[in-house]
Amino acid sequence: MKKRILALALAAALSLGLLAGCGGDTNGGDTATPTPAADNTDTPSTQAPDDGGGSAGEASGTFTIGMIGPLTGGAAIYGTAVLNAAQIAVEEINALGGPVQFNLISADDVNDAETAVNAYNNLMDQGMQILLGTVTTQPALAVVPYTYDERVFTLTPSGSGDDVIEGNDNVYQVCFTDSNQGTRSAQYIDEHFEDPKIAIIYKNDDPYSQGIRDNFYAEATARGMEIVYEGTFGEANQTDFNVQLTGAESAGADMIFLPIYYTPASVILTQANQMGYHPTFFGVDGMDGILTVPGFDTSLAEGVYLLTPFSADAEDEATQAFVTEYQSRFGDTPNQFAADAYDGIYIIYEAIQAAGVTADMSNEEICDALIAAMGDLSLVGLTSAGSEMTWDDNGAVSKDPAAVIIENGTYVTP
Amino acid sequence: MKSYFKNMKRATKVDYATYAGVILAFVVVMACKSLGLLNRQMTGMLVPICAYICMALSLNLTVGILGELSLGHAGFMSVGAFSGIIVSMSLSQTVPNELVRLVLALVVGTLIAAVVGLIVGVPVLRLRGDYLAIVTLAFGEIIKDIINCLLVGWDERGLHFAFNFDGNQNIQSLGLSENGIEIIKGAQGASGNDRIATFTVGFVLVMITLIVVLNLVRSRTGRAVMAIRDNRIAAESVGINVTKYKLIAFVTSAALAGAAGALFGLNYASVNAAQFDFNTSILVLVYVVLGGLGNMWGSIIATVVLYVLPEALREYADLRMLLYAIILILVMLATHNPRLRDLAGRIIPRRRGAEADG
Repeated sequence: MKKRILALALAAALSLGLLAGCGGDTNGGDTATPTPAADNTDTPSTQAPDDGGGSAGEASGTFTIGMIGPLTGGAAIYGTAVLNAAQIAVEEINALGGPVQFNLISADDVNDAETAVNAYNNLMDQGMQILLGTVTTQPALAVVPYTYDERVFTLTPSGSGDDVIEGNDNVYQVCFTDSNQGTRSAQYIDEHFEDPKIAIIYKNDDPYSQGIRDNFYAEATARGMEIVYEGTFGEANQTDFNVQLTGAESAGADMIFLPIYYTPASVILTQANQMGYHPTFFGVDGMDGILTVPGFDTSLAEGVYLLTPFSADAEDEATQAFVTEYQSRFGDTPNQFAADAYDGIYIIYEAIQAAGVTADMSNEEICDALIAAMGDLSLVGLTSAGSEMTWDDNGAVSKDPAAVIIENGTYVTP
Repeated sequence: MKSYFKNMKRATKVDYATYAGVILAFVVVMACKSLGLLNRQMTGMLVPICAYICMALSLNLTVGILGELSLGHAGFMSVGAFSGIIVSMSLSQTVPNELVRLVLALVVGTLIAAVVGLIVGVPVLRLRGDYLAIVTLAFGEIIKDIINCLLVGWDERGLHFAFNFDGNQNIQSLGLSENGIEIIKGAQGASGNDRIATFTVGFVLVMITLIVVLNLVRSRTGRAVMAIRDNRIAAESVGINVTKYKLIAFVTSAALAGAAGALFGLNYASVNAAQFDFNTSILVLVYVVLGGLGNMWGSIIATVVLYVLPEALREYADLRMLLYAIILILVMLATHNPRLRDLAGRIIPRRRGAEADG
């Protein structure tokens, strides 16, 4: 018995490392375009008007920005993208040689709320002044109360949960909230498709997926759209979707809404193809990355719609410069998480300029001044489809959404 | 006094040494904390460490003393965590004192986990060995799925519960009034909770758990339980009521896990059911196995080391989990290697780890 327990525990301990992480995160949605100051090396034209009431002095000093995200585990692709892109943005800003310099530090949260708190404490030990994070929603919900209590200005590139910003004046998002994504998807489908019979397959133990589904459902019902089938799955059973797909097919669905991440989505696409079932698939930002799944036949993703804020194929100069830089450094095409993070660093940069804070101020002073500055800040980024991003008092971003369709292995604006 | 110690049984000595060690550790940590020697990262880990120690001790009761492999222990932790959060949040206006609220939450978490332990234990303990392990695993998952469907809110009219089994309800379905508090939102878990757990309460909980477990083990009940572990048929033949004693150990274990869960849950602003999955059960099992089955002080040390290790290895970034796994394997091999044990036995004449129930 003892030996068996030992063997089991050992095997399990090994697999733990592999399984750790996976879960809730997100990001908001529309196609990309112009960027902030980025490469045009002239000093950051402070597009933001002067802050409303903060200190009006000259911003200067080296600010320590902390980044928390999943750098290992199942959601590592998101965290790594954010870290890489933030690194690029930070180096660009430092290369400007202006009075404001950044020092980027990072910590891994394995996409786990408990570890995220440890990561946050670790970064605070290292003197973090501003937090770019967390990348995913679940850890954000655990970390944000700390940043609120200790007045650390927080900008999450992709933690899209509504609760992340709710009630916390110091937390802002670069991405759309989940409710926004659900509503926008329903809106888009209603406007662009004729009487679709919709099936929803979502992950009911993931706040991200559940949150988008709830809002999509509410909006779709309000618009009188027809939802013929709903199928759920959980963390433990995301390898076989034949039941859900058969259910959707027999209910006569010709469109499947997938508010889920790309890993299970790739399985759904593969299995639907094997069944000979070819509805239109519609995903949200979690679907971004579907073309990079190892071993996945990307031709199956042809014709998939997704609501994403960024497309690496966008033609504008800023996106191209960013994509080229990212590719030459890290060897792959940046996804929207990377673009969100890149924008995030520039948003912080612009806000610091506008607020005129200096690095020797306390976290609280920096935080309050930046909050005051955010209200008036407007900025065109990689993820705002050419529109200007602005923020409401709650911390939610306002920018134009967009959907893309996958054609010939790239994102195309339909 | 001296003769008292001399006549004391070895097991009793080990027990007292364990108590003393835990108290000493607490005093040292508190001293370091007040001198500012602890960084934030360490300070932040104190409460979860306490919670995991209680988890490991309670699981050791099932695995080490009762000898039944349970793979669903995180389920009880989850029950404790969520019932603790419900108590804490719904009393947040009537009981402003955080300590009182924390203690109430711990008590309720313990009781509800005990009830769930009883419900699970009655059918499960009829099974043996692998079958029992598989069924506990299933129960852990069932508890997780039920909490994923659970919607709880509180307003002036009291607590509102709903089960979202068909997937079409959300927190609005509860119809809370304006002042209502949304406590558990299905799969999104509980967020916006008050963080009221403290290290001191954590320490007290560890001591209580230790006292309960050690006294249970050294009592008539404990001997009966171990007799069942060692030879069920022989135990039955001398008139021990197998089901009763198994149930006592299992329910105690579940209750203590519930208390640990409540402490854990109240230390975080956001908790969701998916955190208490199979992996967490295994993690705690690893603590127990590494510390030695039936060895309580071993569980404590293993928990502290294995919880701090991944955090301490942060600076190695990507290699972190790899190093963790390698260290784990080396420690497992080392502590179970007969040659090394022999060597240790020669150096320390009375090898402490030898006794399975030390």
